[in-house]
Amino acid sequence: MSDNETLRIGVYVCHCGTNIAAVIDVEALTKFAEGLPHVALARNYKYMCSDPGQELVKQDIAEYGLNRIVVAACSPNLHEPTFRRAAEDAGLNRFLVQMANIREQVAWVTEDGELALEKAKAHVAGAVRRVARHEALQRQFVRITPRAMVVGGGIAGIQAALTLAEAGKEVVLVEREPSIGGHMAMFDKTFPTLDCAACILTPKMTSVKVNPNIKLLTYSEIESVEGSVGNFKVKVRRKPRYINEDLCVGCMQCIDGCVFTQAKFPNSFDQGLGMRKPVWVPFPQAVPPVPVVDPEVCLQIARGKCKQGCVEACGERGAFDFDQQEKIEEYEVGAIIIATGFKAFDPSVIPYYGYGKYPNVYTSLEVERLLNAGGPTGGKLILRDGSTPKKVGIIHCVGSRDVNYHEYCSRVCCMYSLKIAHLVREKTGAEVYNCYIDIRAPGKGFEEFYNRVQNEGVQFVRGKVADITPVANGSGPLVMKVDDTLLGHIREIEVDMVILAVALEPHADAGEVRRNFGISCSNEGFFLEKHPKLAPVNTANDGVLVAGACQGAKDIPDTVAQADAAAAKALAMIDAGEIELEPNTAWIDEEMCSGCKTCINLCPFQAITADEERKIAVIDQALCKGCGTCVAACPSGAAKQHLFGDRQIDEELEGLMNYV
Amino acid sequence: MNEKKKKSKLAMYWAASCGGCEIAVLALNEKILDVDAHFDIVFWPVALDAKTRDVEKMADGEIDVCLFNGGIRTSEQEYMARLLRQKSKVLVAFGSCSHEGCIPGLANASGRRAIFDTVYHKTPSTENPDRIEPQVKTKMPEGTLYLPAFYDTLRTLDQTVKVDYYLPGCPPEADRIWDALTAIISGALPPLGSVIGAETTVCDECPLKRTEKKIKKFYRTWEKIPDGETCLLEQGILCCGIATRAGCGARCPKVGSPCIGCYGPNEGVHDHGARMMAALSSVIDSDDPEEIARIIREGIPDPIGSFYRFGLAASHLRRKKEKQIAK
Repeated sequence: MSDNETLRIGVYVCHCGTNIAAVIDVEALTKFAEGLPHVALARNYKYMCSDPGQELVKQDIAEYGLNRIVVAACSPNLHEPTFRRAAEDAGLNRFLVQMANIREQVAWVTEDGELALEKAKAHVAGAVRRVARHEALQRQFVRITPRAMVVGGGIAGIQAALTLAEAGKEVVLVEREPSIGGHMAMFDKTFPTLDCAACILTPKMTSVKVNPNIKLLTYSEIESVEGSVGNFKVKVRRKPRYINEDLCVGCMQCIDGCVFTQAKFPNSFDQGLGMRKPVWVPFPQAVPPVPVVDPEVCLQIARGKCKQGCVEACGERGAFDFDQQEKIEEYEVGAIIIATGFKAFDPSVIPYYGYGKYPNVYTSLEVERLLNAGGPTGGKLILRDGSTPKKVGIIHCVGSRDVNYHEYCSRVCCMYSLKIAHLVREKTGAEVYNCYIDIRAPGKGFEEFYNRVQNEGVQFVRGKVADITPVANGSGPLVMKVDDTLLGHIREIEVDMVILAVALEPHADAGEVRRNFGISCSNEGFFLEKHPKLAPVNTANDGVLVAGACQGAKDIPDTVAQADAAAAKALAMIDAGEIELEPNTAWIDEEMCSGCKTCINLCPFQAITADEERKIAVIDQALCKGCGTCVAACPSGAAKQHLFGDRQIDEELEGLMNYV
Repeated sequence: MNEKKKKSKLAMYWAASCGGCEIAVLALNEKILDVDAHFDIVFWPVALDAKTRDVEKMADGEIDVCLFNGGIRTSEQEYMARLLRQKSKVLVAFGSCSHEGCIPGLANASGRRAIFDTVYHKTPSTENPDRIEPQVKTKMPEGTLYLPAFYDTLRTLDQTVKVDYYLPGCPPEADRIWDALTAIISGALPPLGSVIGAETTVCDECPLKRTEKKIKKFYRTWEKIPDGETCLLEQGILCCGIATRAGCGARCPKVGSPCIGCYGPNEGVHDHGARMMAALSSVIDSDDPEEIARIIREGIPDPIGSFYRFGLAASHLRRKKEKQIAK
């Protein structure tokens, strides 16, 4: 404020319906505000954020020449932009507005009206004194890097990457496994339509491979993320494949040529039910169709001695490179979509289901592989001893809806259990018992599918299985003990195979991903959206979006819809071309800076550099996020921050404290 | 004689301070003659035999410039501050004591009672069996004797009267005194309320080489011989130059002695010590709270003396609260 300017502050007290007005005497607060220095007018209104509420502010600015606005209402997180815009519409600089949060910080935290009024007065007094020191600021914009990164190459990541690429945007797709495809590539059929998963997924995978806008980085992980919305710098760690992706044509002859004649190492893609060689691809339609070499078991890499049948098979192409090293590549992107998916719950922690102890207890994901034509048994549902089960039990809600494991419903287990029941009957004609707590079939075509499977003769037992025991010692049939709540008695059902419908849960390293990208997670560890209803794919970190099961258990249709939503958000961001910076950035008063270099190391966003020639620190406004670290640390007060000047804070404190 | 009439009237006064500021004027060397050429010194108790009553007789604003050194500790000093304010056109807080309290201001970490206890009773060299202390009024057979009242808190000059300019330093550098005097002579004075001197910090005038600061251990001055090239702070020697107003020419760090902050905070900064602490706490090279506590405890045993040696009385802290002293 220049000292000569006549301050005319308008104070607006919001009732927020009854959110504020039920606790705080808004009339008394308005009266109090009227008496504060430089306050030209104070009003209260039922919903300040409504159009008439904003109109009130605009009219008063025009009519009474208000040059500062204080809105005592909710958190500035919600409506500061609203009132800044209203002020700007009325010709006032948008930064001459201050909010006093009397809802979250006052009305919602007490039922004592008297105390609440006193505290609200202090907040308003602080805001009035602060806003008097506000200065008009220019809005600043920064160019957006017109490129997106998608992390995770499951169906969510594939869908998001394709949507972005089809809109002509460059996409960097990062997948940590040797191939994209994710869980969906493991399935045989998808519910409720029984589409062949591969038939609908592999065309998309191929599109990813051939789309010139997509840079595909498989067998790669995120190392670090710097920068912020519009301009992220992401370091990607590329694990050595020992095969040069550019030279490999995907003929797979190296796998035949490998000196191991037998595949004898468990294939993780097949849940360990199938075997692979040291050089392998997860599945035939892998994208990219480039094998990887497992350095732990490859004789050449592990022992340095091998006849190298693979190299011989590769021949002139010379794609093998046993000296390949891990490398770090850096990519600049404007927006990031996280689509890292889920992990299947490990049921071995539930002792009474005997998973890992009785060979005929399987997880649903293992059975998906057995049912898949590309799986270890070529699509035959057979037990470990090679026999075909005649009776199969499917246990729903394993790890879900159970306070001992996950309280939440995994949303897909009922439906995939119905699908598996159908496929088991179709392939083996076995008797199938689905033991469920409730059948949850709320999606499109889901209830119809449930009816269909019921009509196909699958038996439904409403009850939670309490115990699984073998009929005799060894690997023979099992008995499921279940309290059938519809019949009202405990049943013992003998089956050859038990399938555990396991929960979906966050990846073990989801916390690391979360920290890398600066986003939050819910109690269960799923990534947290910015708002559960109104910003379902945004996160607390602007420019970082989420899609698919990493945000919460969901099925393929929901995942694809969310992936497209995230892609649309990323497109909107990138196509805007530039993005408004936070106004509260730090800046260096060059006259005052002596170049002591106290601040340089402190900036968490690497926004500060030392200008050796002028002997001053320089802050890159595009990188500054306004955290204030340098401002607090600067010994000479040369580092200053918009909207957080010493005078502004001092005045606010004086207002708060003096009143109290 | 005509020439003499044109001379401006100069006064100097010495309140709660050591007297170094008075000597600093003499450091002008031969320029003191120029001072004499331009000013009539009308009041300067340390050098001239003029009395308070002579000042009382002057007209308001008769003195052109009064250089006032020292803080306000006694009723007499307050009286003189008010009197000289009234009689002077321009009142300059001269030196660190009047500017921000300086060493006498450190006594604000205690109070009158504690000061008297120490000075009149507790020091090893004191023998005072009758527990005699100075009294404002003492009746003697010859009449009543009066002594100035000793205040509980030392105040800076501008906490007592309005001050026009500040000349920082303990004492102010001769060159800066000369700058101030020539500014006064030429009438090219900065806006009222200005601190006369540089705006930036001592680092600006310091030739030592700075890189990025990471401090693992603080050394007391006798514990380490500086290498003569690197920033003292980066060597772990507690140098206050980063937060202290320039103007001295970085005299101390230039010769390997850390800046102790006598010029006070640079322009725009209110709390010198707070700035210094915020900066140092940001560059301590550890993430372990216990290690950080140890680095501070071992390296900075006297935080007030280290960070508020000159500025305590003028800082946000101002003084320690009485209640705490009673404990």
